[in-house]
Amino acid sequence: MTDKPHLIVIGNGMAGCRAVEEILARDPARYRITIFGAEPRVNYNRIMLSPVLAGEKSFEEIVINGQDWYDANGIALVSGDPVVAIDRSAKTVTARSGNVTPYDKLMIATGSDPFIIPVPGKDLPGVVTFRDLDDVDKMLTAAKLGGNAVVIGGGLLGLEAAHGLALRGMQVTVLHLMPTLMERQLDEAAGWLLKTALEARGQTIITGADTAEILGNGKVEAVRLKDGREIPADIVVMAVGIRPSTGLARDAGLAVGRGIQVDDHMVTSDPDILAVGECVEHNGMVYGLVAPLFEMGRALADGLVAQPTGYPGSVTSTKLKVAGLDVFSAGDFSGGEGCEDIVLRDATRGVYKRVIVKEDKIVGAVLYGDTADGNWYFDMLRRGEDIADIRDALIFGQAFASGGGASANPIDAVAALSDDAEICGCNGVNKGKVMACIGGGAHTLDAVRSGCKASASCGSCTGLVENLLALALGDEFAGERDNKPMCKCTSFTHEDVRAAIREKALKEIPAVMQALSWSTPDGCSSCRPALNYYLLCAWPAEHQEDPQSRFVNERMHANIQKDGTYSVVPRMWGGLTNPRELRAIADVVEKYHAPMVKVTGGQRLDIFGIRKEDLPAVWADLNAAGMVSGHAYGKALRTVKTCVGSEWCRFGTQDSTGLGVKIEHMTWGSWMPHKFKIAVSGCPRNCAEATIKDFGVICVDSGYELHIGGNGGIHLRGTDLLCKVSTEQEAMDYCAAFIQLYREEARYLDRTAPWVERVGLDYVKQRIVEDAAGREALRARFLYAQSFLQVDPWAERAAGKEAHLHQHLAEIRPFAVVGG
Amino acid sequence: MPHTALWLDVGPVEQLPALGARTLPVQGGQEIAIFRTANGDVYALQNKCPHKQGPLSQGIVHDTTVTCPLHNWRISLISGQALGDDEGCVPTIPVKIDGGRILIGRKEALAGAA
Repeated sequence: MTDKPHLIVIGNGMAGCRAVEEILARDPARYRITIFGAEPRVNYNRIMLSPVLAGEKSFEEIVINGQDWYDANGIALVSGDPVVAIDRSAKTVTARSGNVTPYDKLMIATGSDPFIIPVPGKDLPGVVTFRDLDDVDKMLTAAKLGGNAVVIGGGLLGLEAAHGLALRGMQVTVLHLMPTLMERQLDEAAGWLLKTALEARGQTIITGADTAEILGNGKVEAVRLKDGREIPADIVVMAVGIRPSTGLARDAGLAVGRGIQVDDHMVTSDPDILAVGECVEHNGMVYGLVAPLFEMGRALADGLVAQPTGYPGSVTSTKLKVAGLDVFSAGDFSGGEGCEDIVLRDATRGVYKRVIVKEDKIVGAVLYGDTADGNWYFDMLRRGEDIADIRDALIFGQAFASGGGASANPIDAVAALSDDAEICGCNGVNKGKVMACIGGGAHTLDAVRSGCKASASCGSCTGLVENLLALALGDEFAGERDNKPMCKCTSFTHEDVRAAIREKALKEIPAVMQALSWSTPDGCSSCRPALNYYLLCAWPAEHQEDPQSRFVNERMHANIQKDGTYSVVPRMWGGLTNPRELRAIADVVEKYHAPMVKVTGGQRLDIFGIRKEDLPAVWADLNAAGMVSGHAYGKALRTVKTCVGSEWCRFGTQDSTGLGVKIEHMTWGSWMPHKFKIAVSGCPRNCAEATIKDFGVICVDSGYELHIGGNGGIHLRGTDLLCKVSTEQEAMDYCAAFIQLYREEARYLDRTAPWVERVGLDYVKQRIVEDAAGREALRARFLYAQSFLQVDPWAERAAGKEAHLHQHLAEIRPFAVVGG
Repeated sequence: MPHTALWLDVGPVEQLPALGARTLPVQGGQEIAIFRTANGDVYALQNKCPHKQGPLSQGIVHDTTVTCPLHNWRISLISGQALGDDEGCVPTIPVKIDGGRILIGRKEALAGAA
């Protein structure tokens, strides 16, 4: 063991650890390895700091290699004790603690340091950089207090910091020295679109802003520009750029230019010292993106333990999401002699595409708003492909250019990519590797991520990887990710959105869309009803109903039919009715010429063929007989179905009818993630079919069995037994608590069946059965919400509320107009 | 002369809810749906989805699109074209706002009317 040569790595970041991974992959036994890290933690994905700041990920989720990786590979990790000196003649490194460690090979992977602009006040408390987790913690601490944040630097890093701080509730101003945001990645037009979009999301962007001084007495208070403007600031984030961290190498006498100079095998001017990552200079180039670091790691490992392959330098592309906006750039887009621009703008969709062509080859591309074809352009750029034949169609993208306009099938598009086409820019994984990984048995997205790392970093190529899975596996690829975004308008999941609504106290749909950077101006027919529900559930007392975010049935309080008329179902508590109600229903059927009346599966009467203009009058007539809305149209409590129970039935054990009526009086009017059906059966013969309901009660001699999570429908599911209770009151209490748990935690449009299957019966039991205090709190929240929801919407409409929904704007009678 | 007028006045614009629609029956012709988007633009389509004749006026309006209440087809308010993978088109009726009044194209509104 001990006679293995000792490899010391200075730097526990992405480049150093990736190079070590590459070495271990080639020969796990070659070296004894020690890694020195300045930060007191394991190796994590630095480019994912932005999602941590934005609250989209936790630190645990961005760890690349946990302590188990170091242990399993026999790597000694010295964290929090950085190397301060290299002695090349003695072949030792000295740490800050004074410890001296000898090496046989040394790898420098010190990355880069944030550049601090030398203005007065730069050292004030409250001025932070955005480079490591400590910086993120400082920003999060400041954001908790709210107030103003100033971000100096409108490049990628600065905009991500600004986005995160804005999401955390701060008023953000971005100061950018140049006239165009992200001018190294974007041209003027795309930069302007980005600026406009960020301003629309509430950020203040000042371009051409030259910082003169950071003001403050003991802590930062404002930033003053050279033109005299002062911007108040509770925190200042300095994100103007990074420079290679070369101090150690320079002090050790290694050749250093802009970075530590290395050859094609990442060897420095000392043959026993290698360097990799952002700290190096190769052929006069320094790199600040992830993909080149990984290419360097491969070349380094090949040179150190296998056949030297050499690092040819990297052509880089940038594909990223800034505040939910898609941006892509690659190559050279500065234009110049012999360059021709092909440009497409679509103002309505907010799309801007520019491809720069020189001598029939793509030399650069800038995409804004729609970056789906970024990899295709980049692939052709890297291979120097002649595009003369497809030039006319080039700007419309791959699907159009390579298959005729109609073929926009994304699977065909990935099928057409060459094997060396880059899929994952972060980890430098090409199509061939992904396909090999899938061929080797990785049949899910997660398996591909852990197998070849494609889409394991920033995730922007997830769609491509999924398409490759679909291409390779055909119908065998299930395609479903566990946790999808709510809809195409956002990258947030249902759970993220609900958490943000509570934590940021968002109370209106536009506020949610603003705070979470919705990518569409007013959502879509999928997210608006979901948001409306989440808001009314979170803020029962304050919620303002938005009829335009309701599906037609809930907006009209009736069920639309295929001919545009409506059906009307009055509530009959527990399925009981009487002559007065039946007479009123019969009168309505005749008076409004309803062509059909039907008994429903839920023991109610459904009146068909009512015109929207007649609905308020129909409801007024039904109200007059004491009937209210049956909510047969809603994602809501529908019906409580009962059997006749002990009052009449010779087998009945309890008063199931009476209990059903009580439960319906408690639960009616409640909006839910989806429709919700209840039944109470008086004995285990179960005539009310309680075991295919969302909540079912089966009465037995000794009490009440409570069942949950059943439904009929396409996927029939029998209920799970939640528990047995002994009194009617307990049955009611557990019912209320269960409904509230479902209301608060299920995703919109999840029935209880898939929800219970997802969270598990044990979880529901733990919340409802085992946690008595929690159950009581849920029940109390349900009853509180009900105090606002138990208002008959039919009576409101009959009294004239939202009358415009039922009336025509006007009527056109052609001959009357002509004659008049 | 009224019968030569190119435009029909159908009412004040504030009678249209934002992100909503109102209907306009045409005697002997096709019912019209008049939509208002979030930023106040007004559009008019025949109130019939090209798919199964669903009443588009009852759909959810978002951006410059309405989603049909029957089967979720998305229809462009601007062109009347079905969006996404669906194919079909519903006739549009020109609209202009003048002095707070909604004016719709007379010829298109009466198209097909007896």
